[in-house]
Amino acid sequence: MSCPIRGRFLGALSIASLALASTAATPAWAQSAVKIGVLEDQSGEFAAATLPKVHGIELAADEINKAGGIAGRKIELVVYDTQSDNTRYQELMRRVLQRDKVDVVFAGFSSASREAYRPIVNQFNGLAFYNNQYEGGVCDANMIVTGAVPEQQFSTLIPWMMEKFGKKVYTIAADYNFGQISAEWVRQIVKENGGEMVGEEFIPLGVSQFSQTIQNIQRVKPDIMMTLLVGTAQASYYEQAAAANLKVPMGSSVNVGQGYEHKRFTPPSLANMHVTTNYIEEVDTPESKAFVTKWHAKYPNEPYINQEAENSYHAIYLYKQMVERAGSTDREKIRGVIAKGDVCVDAPEGKVCIDPKSQHASHTIYLAQVGADHSISFPKVWNDIKPYWLGEAGCDLTKSDPSAQYTPSNPPPKG
Amino acid sequence: MEILSALFAFLYQVGDALAFLVLSACGLAIIFGMMGVINLAHGEFIMCGAYVTVYAVRAGLPLPLAIACGTLAAGVVGILLELLVVRHLYSRPLDTIVATWGISLIATQGVLILLGSTMRGVGTPLSSFTFGAYSYSQYRLVLMAAAVIVLVALYLIFNKTRFGVHARATIQVPHMAEALGVNTRLIYCLTFGLGAALAGLTGGLYAPTMTMVPTMGASFIMEAFVTVVVGGADVFLGTAPAAMVLGVIKAAMTSWQGQLAGQISMLIAVIIVIRVLPSGISGWILRERG
Repeated sequence: MSCPIRGRFLGALSIASLALASTAATPAWAQSAVKIGVLEDQSGEFAAATLPKVHGIELAADEINKAGGIAGRKIELVVYDTQSDNTRYQELMRRVLQRDKVDVVFAGFSSASREAYRPIVNQFNGLAFYNNQYEGGVCDANMIVTGAVPEQQFSTLIPWMMEKFGKKVYTIAADYNFGQISAEWVRQIVKENGGEMVGEEFIPLGVSQFSQTIQNIQRVKPDIMMTLLVGTAQASYYEQAAAANLKVPMGSSVNVGQGYEHKRFTPPSLANMHVTTNYIEEVDTPESKAFVTKWHAKYPNEPYINQEAENSYHAIYLYKQMVERAGSTDREKIRGVIAKGDVCVDAPEGKVCIDPKSQHASHTIYLAQVGADHSISFPKVWNDIKPYWLGEAGCDLTKSDPSAQYTPSNPPPKG
Repeated sequence: MEILSALFAFLYQVGDALAFLVLSACGLAIIFGMMGVINLAHGEFIMCGAYVTVYAVRAGLPLPLAIACGTLAAGVVGILLELLVVRHLYSRPLDTIVATWGISLIATQGVLILLGSTMRGVGTPLSSFTFGAYSYSQYRLVLMAAAVIVLVALYLIFNKTRFGVHARATIQVPHMAEALGVNTRLIYCLTFGLGAALAGLTGGLYAPTMTMVPTMGASFIMEAFVTVVVGGADVFLGTAPAAMVLGVIKAAMTSWQGQLAGQISMLIAVIIVIRVLPSGISGWILRERG
């Protein structure tokens, strides 16, 4: 990402090995297999959070293939490593759509990468699943989003924290579209709930030294810190803030649930962190426990099963249902099924349904609180939180397809 | 008291930025600044030092000893690389870039494959202290002290020891040094090893404060090259003033306008310096003197 040329060499290697693998495996069913392209960052800055996504897809595909496939057709995965590099996404998205001719693509971690490949999906009229929590607002008929969005994560978390800890909020966020738009959501929700923003700082990706930022925070003494930091370099903030004895309660939409910082850092650097997530492996339900057991049977060395891993897993099942009900992998037929508004699966987190207007998923939202010993407790759970904002703001994919991303300050045009 | 508190806060930030710049750059100042080898694997030497340090702490060693292990490990790796690869490329600087870059890719991806995408750190030692309105990490003071000690030690090594004199002679006029009986091959090898060991020391020192990932070296690389380019060829006369200038600029701008402004202002300062002083600060100091 910081060094795009660096990725090229490794990319060539991984493509070569994949090409070998795919020519070796051409049994009879290959003709009618459902081909799923998987573009995820298996190396580089984001690898720690994204490797479990690939595993989730593989696990679901294995289970479905063992049970007879999607309407009798086997799933064939076409997996490429995008190396946390936006240009790789563009090259490989063209490759899976044009050369590999996949039926659907599961792609993307960072919002920058999603916005990099989205025009290509539109150009070739493909269908892509984005299985990541993000800043919300993508209204595009070629995209199905199974990750949580701000109205699901912030409108639950921020009022809860403001009631408990106070009204003065300070945001530090990664300086790209995800951080900027998420910070805008924080600003809006804080204002709606009668709070006050006492500071906001955007941190370039890759920055790892936070002394001055910590001091800026101490200067204004906030009641709540919203930390929307992304990538492994920025995660150094928690260790450094704890070392400087900065003990403001923290809230986030990405930590713990995505980067499992509570497992990676020595306690108590992440104590008093609050995250709204639609799944983490600590979720204490029978469905979740069975899922974790199943996962570890296949991947015994998995460091953590994060929310994106679960999203990727249940997204395959959502896709299976769509194809079986549509009787085809044709995008318009699949969208006809989504338009009925009852595409739902019982995922490890609970029930997940696709909203026809925005093609985003409803979720069970768990408020995870990190203790001093980095254990997780769930002081509150919200069932069936819908991705309502886009639909209410005026995005309706059953009627028109603007293929645009909207924000609170730039909502869909009315009428 | 208010002014004192603000003053201390600013000095602490300058010291912190200075320590990061000096420690990032010191190994590279020797390998790139002195020897002229553009070492793109510098970040991976740092990563090597950090990983060995963390493993040594896990094995039960106290942190200072673990950091020494990390330093030593990076130094040994550096010497091996010099013997196997870099030695054959001294007359081909562009090929060195490709070779060290390749080594860096292999190291990053190798660690990812063998040790996984992330590793639990060791936690920052010592505790915090309060001065005026702010609280600070004590370990950061250790880092500042370490940066000063490294600079002084380098000055002493290169100016007061026999090895240092030989090293400077070898790098300035290799044939003459050889004619006078200096084993230049050995000197090159040891100097490269010293540079790598210093990078390992940096990794060990920063390991408790950072996320342990295979790509962690990358976050030092920009600061390292920038400091060495601004500083010029002399390790002591270059790195120290360069880190001072850049540290003050970075701390002041970050305090005033945030991290982004800090990064931008530092890079603008670099552009200005290499435009006005093509051979860096040390080149300018030596010319003024001479």
